[in-house]
Amino acid sequence: MSAQTTVQAPTPGRARITARTMRKDRWWIGPLVTAVVLGGFVVYGTWAALVNANYYAEPYLSPLYAPCLTSSCPEQLLEPRFLADWWILTPALFILPFPLGFRLTCYYYRKAYYRAFWGSPPACAVGEPHKRYTGETRFPLILQNVHRYFFYFALIFAAINIEHAILAFRNHEGEWGHMGVGTLFLVANAVLLTVYTLSCHSCRHITGGRLNHFSRHPVRYWLWTQVSKLNGRHMEWAWASLVVVALADLYIRLVANGTITDITFF
Amino acid sequence: MGYDLQLRVWRGDAAKGDFIDFTVEAEEGEVVLDVLHRLQATQAGDLAVRWNCKAGKCGSCSMEVNGHPRLSCMTRLSDFDRAETISVSPLRTFPVIKDLVTDVSFNYEKAKEVPAFAPRPKDPDGTYRMMQEDVERGQEFRKCIECWLCQNTCHVIRDHEENKPAFAGPRYFIRYAELDMHPLDTNDRRTLTDKQAGIGLCNITKCCTEVCPEGIKITDNGIIPMKERVADRKYDPLVWLGSKIFRRGE
Repeated sequence: MSAQTTVQAPTPGRARITARTMRKDRWWIGPLVTAVVLGGFVVYGTWAALVNANYYAEPYLSPLYAPCLTSSCPEQLLEPRFLADWWILTPALFILPFPLGFRLTCYYYRKAYYRAFWGSPPACAVGEPHKRYTGETRFPLILQNVHRYFFYFALIFAAINIEHAILAFRNHEGEWGHMGVGTLFLVANAVLLTVYTLSCHSCRHITGGRLNHFSRHPVRYWLWTQVSKLNGRHMEWAWASLVVVALADLYIRLVANGTITDITFF
Repeated sequence: MGYDLQLRVWRGDAAKGDFIDFTVEAEEGEVVLDVLHRLQATQAGDLAVRWNCKAGKCGSCSMEVNGHPRLSCMTRLSDFDRAETISVSPLRTFPVIKDLVTDVSFNYEKAKEVPAFAPRPKDPDGTYRMMQEDVERGQEFRKCIECWLCQNTCHVIRDHEENKPAFAGPRYFIRYAELDMHPLDTNDRRTLTDKQAGIGLCNITKCCTEVCPEGIKITDNGIIPMKERVADRKYDPLVWLGSKIFRRGE
């Protein structure tokens, strides 16, 4: 036998091991993939939202611009125009804070970005780089507690996305009975966004989680049971809905700027 | 068929310590605790290892194997390459007593802070009645074997010793959750979970759930529901208003 390392105690009383972690597996892959995909979406989403062009290819409206509420929005859209000519910025800027806030305060995404971007911790049993830690007890992270309000807005946005998925079954003349690849993207986006929203931990709490007597509230208990089933795959819904919203925007953007032609089934 | 296993074991106490390399004979089907016992029997008679049931139910043999918080009796050698050197070290969050044995009394001190179950008065016939769906909810939390792996891996205290006085840890969040969700309990656990147990320090990175040998969904079923209940009480004016108007406790 042989002695290996003699090190200083990081904390009085604890075993004198200063290595950040004794893990030998590639623990950094998870946070790296999260950082790349999430960072990629943030970069793409910001650009797509700010560019203020090519977000509509009749009958498809990019989900990043739905609902389109400014006077600069295409006339074919059914939305009321709350914002008149003085709103010169991209219409996405007016609506995106709501879905963004929902994802930012989401219990799953919190885990993902705390690990990937803040290293708090980067992975289980891997030392974090910060000297102080106050968790979600102080500003700004204490604002994570407003997640339920973003959930209420997310329900509205899910309904709007469903509406736009239904409207994507119209053709250029506004007649029903059309279906193209864009329709598929918008339907997939609406379904995934709705499921992601309904699988939210706050939704689970609101439907029945806050009850102590399930037996006295059979309908809410049933709802809680169903939401709990969706909630078990909240991470998967979060990623799938994120990727599909970006792909749907990209597809519509490419059709709108003439790079590709929408493939229609009927 | 037996083979020589390369084992790197942390040996020492609070004053000093080293990783020491050993070559120990291992057999097919053995677990890490088996080879630690063989090491104790053949080369290091004074090696300190806490263990009891050897069946993953007592929670005594918690340690870190290749840096992963694990029960050594449930960590199969077949999970590792035979040529690999396996490191074994004590739980990093708690003071070491000797070798692989740590002082986990922090957890028992936190246990004392949780007010006991306080049921409402019995029904007129002298009994308590609970429906099956109400009983089932808390059963998951009762699977806890108190191995302290969740407490050990929680970065709030693992990386920040200074948080220990203000933070009870995941094991106690599910205890608070179990009691708060109990239809018969009368104590207010929400304020306690926030003020006394420090649930606001948790940033729900789910390591506690990842290491739980009983597969308890600590974060999803215990911590997040308690965070939401604290939010009901502390951060949600609509819930507060509703509770005042309808005079409901839930």
